[in-house]
Amino acid sequence: MPGVLARARDRAQRALVYVGGISDLGAQTIREAIRGPLETQLLLTQFEQVGVRSLSIVGITSLFIGMVLALQTAYSLEQFGVKLFIGKVVSLSLVRELAPVLMSLMVGGRVGAGITAEIGTMKVTEQIDALRAMATNPVRKLVVPKVLATTLMFPVLTIVSNAVGIFGGLVIAVANLHLTGNYYMRSVIDTVKYNDLASGIGKTFFFGFAVGLIACYNGLRTSGGADGVGRSTTVTVVMAAITVLIMDFFLTKLFLLAF
Amino acid sequence: MNETPIPDRRAESRAVPDRRRVLREPFVEFENVYKAYGPKQVLAGANLKVYRGEVMVILGGSGSGKSVTLRHMLGLEIPEAGRIVVEEEDITDLPEEELYRVRKKFGMLFQSAALFDSMTVFENVAFPLREHTQMTEEEIERAVREKLELVNLHGVENLMPVSLSGGMRKRVGLARAIVLDPKMILYDEPTTGLDPITAQVINDLIIDLQSKLNVTSVVVTHDIQSAFSVGDRIAFLNHGTFEWIGTMDQARASDDNDLRAFLKASAVAAAQPEMKQLGETVS
Repeated sequence: MPGVLARARDRAQRALVYVGGISDLGAQTIREAIRGPLETQLLLTQFEQVGVRSLSIVGITSLFIGMVLALQTAYSLEQFGVKLFIGKVVSLSLVRELAPVLMSLMVGGRVGAGITAEIGTMKVTEQIDALRAMATNPVRKLVVPKVLATTLMFPVLTIVSNAVGIFGGLVIAVANLHLTGNYYMRSVIDTVKYNDLASGIGKTFFFGFAVGLIACYNGLRTSGGADGVGRSTTVTVVMAAITVLIMDFFLTKLFLLAF
Repeated sequence: MNETPIPDRRAESRAVPDRRRVLREPFVEFENVYKAYGPKQVLAGANLKVYRGEVMVILGGSGSGKSVTLRHMLGLEIPEAGRIVVEEEDITDLPEEELYRVRKKFGMLFQSAALFDSMTVFENVAFPLREHTQMTEEEIERAVREKLELVNLHGVENLMPVSLSGGMRKRVGLARAIVLDPKMILYDEPTTGLDPITAQVINDLIIDLQSKLNVTSVVVTHDIQSAFSVGDRIAFLNHGTFEWIGTMDQARASDDNDLRAFLKASAVAAAQPEMKQLGETVS
């Protein structure tokens, strides 16, 4: 029994150290970003890495989610004879919930793993120490551009995801359910309000910040060579997914109160 | 059994008056420094003074805390107890931002060279200049070429670190370490993992830079050939303390048991009979 207690205490201690470490890095990142100057070239490179290079994965995922959602919704609504509402259901589900969360999970995995692997490799090959030894702050040089890129690119990718997902629904509505494209789009435009868009897109600023921070933190605490880099990368993918889902619940609650 | 003599490549230059200015004024001081990693006590009351203008060699076995000592000099590690003084300034409790000012006095060659993989050789060497000076691109280009020439590298500016050999990586790392004209150069295992000829090239480079740049240097190594090639003094790190500190000649004549055992084992290892035989065949 004392062994179990000691292990539990040890785990709780490690979890607190982890949360403390991430919070500290978050504070440093915000401080350095405000203090500036921002490394424009590095920032643009990260925008490309996080944003442009995620477009295909976001496009394919969103298209099929939109199509599946339309198919499933049509199947359910047909029983009540109201399949005309398909545009409303598809667009609201996508804009408020599915596009932001699924996009964050997909891109979070891709981008988070990449960031952790890059910074983790730099850590185990002494490149982070070299930066510090050359009087350069690794947070300013590495963490700020990456976290800023994830924070700003996640919302942009969500907008893309919304558009492609709604288009996926349109394809099914026209091809399978024999609605006119005009009717479907009118239904979407009438349904989706600014607060739906703001709530869905607003959440992803926080998801992006969290994913970027977790990925950078896990990279910076990597030790133990290639094996350590692999472990850190796995932790990032799992942590990013869990954090997005937990944050989604609380942010949805918050946005429902706010809008 | 006869002890293998340790070659002293600098004996000749030591016989004539040294042009370098070694002053009895400490550049870096360790006062009773303690550092542990988990249960392992790495430094346990370490005391050391590195004087301005000298080449101090820190000798010791693997895992004895040699690299940890270097990292403390730069403030990359914080001691649990004791003081570290750089140019009469106590850096022990300085915050990271303040340490950046101190670190500009140093240039460090890391054991793995620690070149940035995503940058070319030129960008690697130019990095500190872009970070800390207002130099124009032309001036940066001139400075980078000058430092690369100092380490005998030509025409490699546009290569990526991954396509360089181990010796070349170390030389690029060295060029990057000296590009801001530091007052002190720290070498972490500069010859480890290199073939004997390349290792000697690096040793010669250290001696050459010392006379050209008139800096203070600390060389961490467990390679005694390298130590006796480049050093003015030796500090022998054992059981967490600098057990023995003295000149090269004093090291040879020392009756410290651990130091004698270390030097003897290293010298014997460096002159294995089959190696000797091979050497005779080649000559």
